[in-house]
Amino acid sequence: MTELQAERAGAEVQRVEASRSRYFDLLIALVAFAVLALLPVLFNSKALLDFVIRCSAFGLFATSLNLLVGYTGLTSFGHGMFFGLGAYGFGLTMQRTGVPVPVAFVATLLITTVIATAIGAICVRLKEIYFAFVTLAFQMLIHSTILSWASLTGGDQGLRGGIPRPAFLGIDLSNHVHLYVVSCALLVIGLLLMRQIAQSPFGYTLRMIRDNATRASFIGIDVWRAKLTIFVLAALFASTGGIIMALFVSGAYPEFAYWTISGEGIFINMLGGVTTFLGPMVGTVLLLILNDTVTRLTEYYGIVLGIVILFFAIGLRKGLMDFVVEWYAQRHHDAERG
Amino acid sequence: MDLDALTGCLASSACLVTQTTSGFIIGMLLFLVAVGLTLIFGVLKVVNFSHGAFYMFGAYFAMTAYQLSGSFALAMLCGAAGTALLGLVFERVFMSRVYGADVLMQLLVCYAFVLIFDDVVRMVWGPEFRSMGMPAAFQVVPLFIAGGVVPPYYLLLIGVALAMAVILGLGLARTRIGKVIRAAAHNPGMVSALGINTGLIYGGVFALGGMLAGLAGALAAPVRSLTPGMGFSVLIESFIVTVIGGMGSILGALIGAILIGMIRSFGSLGFPLFTEGLMYLFMVIVLVSRPTGLFGKEVA
Repeated sequence: MTELQAERAGAEVQRVEASRSRYFDLLIALVAFAVLALLPVLFNSKALLDFVIRCSAFGLFATSLNLLVGYTGLTSFGHGMFFGLGAYGFGLTMQRTGVPVPVAFVATLLITTVIATAIGAICVRLKEIYFAFVTLAFQMLIHSTILSWASLTGGDQGLRGGIPRPAFLGIDLSNHVHLYVVSCALLVIGLLLMRQIAQSPFGYTLRMIRDNATRASFIGIDVWRAKLTIFVLAALFASTGGIIMALFVSGAYPEFAYWTISGEGIFINMLGGVTTFLGPMVGTVLLLILNDTVTRLTEYYGIVLGIVILFFAIGLRKGLMDFVVEWYAQRHHDAERG
Repeated sequence: MDLDALTGCLASSACLVTQTTSGFIIGMLLFLVAVGLTLIFGVLKVVNFSHGAFYMFGAYFAMTAYQLSGSFALAMLCGAAGTALLGLVFERVFMSRVYGADVLMQLLVCYAFVLIFDDVVRMVWGPEFRSMGMPAAFQVVPLFIAGGVVPPYYLLLIGVALAMAVILGLGLARTRIGKVIRAAAHNPGMVSALGINTGLIYGGVFALGGMLAGLAGALAAPVRSLTPGMGFSVLIESFIVTVIGGMGSILGALIGAILIGMIRSFGSLGFPLFTEGLMYLFMVIVLVSRPTGLFGKEVA
């Protein structure tokens, strides 16, 4: 069923379906978490766990970017600034104050909320390519600030000396398996929350703004406020991705706030596809596998990655999940016709 | 922050001349890259993210031509002509396939070529820093203007860039080809219906943009070091220039480039660590107060 048909369906039916699909999402999330949590028992491979932790960090980041790009039509080139902000905010809070991990986690999200609200209030007034430019400019402004405020951030060396990770509630994040399970939990909870946002009435308001902002404002929707809300929400999930990354590498580096992170986020979205909720997640796994294999096989990493990108951009003209969904719909359609 | 150095420099005429000249050098090279970017955007409505690669190729072509022939003029010609050809092929073979598609798809194609071109340069010329060296004709005593040092090569560089600005401005405003290009920017369907090959115009404009970036690279080759990926910082800065000046405006690119050149030159005295930050801050201020840039047309 396409989105359009879903919107046309009766309100009553939709409400029943919505609650049913919510339980279904929860079920998928629980199964996914159970499978992920079993991996360390089944395979004794540190590399595999590392891979999944990196997938969690980038997956949360890329999926939150899709809330902006795919659902709201806000093409942000500066979303990576919140990834960097999460990593630095968490690292600095842990290093400077020595509070427990959950407190630092909440504090980082609060800092992100404040900064994202200030930046978002300025950015979401602008449209299309100008929105992209101004977010990019803010990203680079934050990157320059990190580089030049060396007394706080360590400048181009990054936050060094490791991030202290005292145990809390029996969870010891310096233990590799504990870190792995917490990353997976954050990923699954984050995805579930974002799914709820995307499927909520607010999520459908965002789709309407994407398709026709003028009409949305005519029927009484405060477009600016809706855009700002999703901008801040997306920033929070990107920041969580940054926190996972900071925990994983036990530090924070200026590259986390550099614009290439945003570029990679956009690329992941295009690779996986922006029309399905899990497209960015698929894209993340694809890009990380591609990264790891290509860098191992050749020093000319750029040429290989470039050709793969060209294949997607000129060959498929859409992301992998978009392609699969369309192919499936086409087959289904043909089968119905007999 | 070192405000004393900045005020000290502003008070001395020698320092003022030296810094202004270096600001102009940065600005003029940026202008040549940015004007190509802005032309391509104005006519093709494509943000050419791979434009920095043309700057890089211009520099490497010029270096190789200079090392083979020893002629500076030939080096400049090779840098410009080589990148023009590259631009034409790139547009006709790859970019023309994604005109109808999403902006993000166009961006991805460019991003792919940034990666590919950098690796091609690494394969052909090697990963290490290279330098072309100052041609003998310009290894003369620098000029002294009000106590400041101005190498003659800098004057040539500024002269060439300004000449390009005038030729482009007049060419677009007065000639028949200029009119056709402006018409194609405005309404390509109508231009095509009048029997003009718009594909040729698109290819030509892309080649022109590539040539300008290549010329900038060739002019920069004697004064900067060459490395794969050298186009990147230039691309980001010329991006800022076009956004500040207004996408599609040649005058805007010129003014924006000079402003950024001066910010870089004087900012490095007063805020040595935050020079880049100053540029982005300036860009944010311009975008927020005038989203279409200083000289961009208001979008209805």
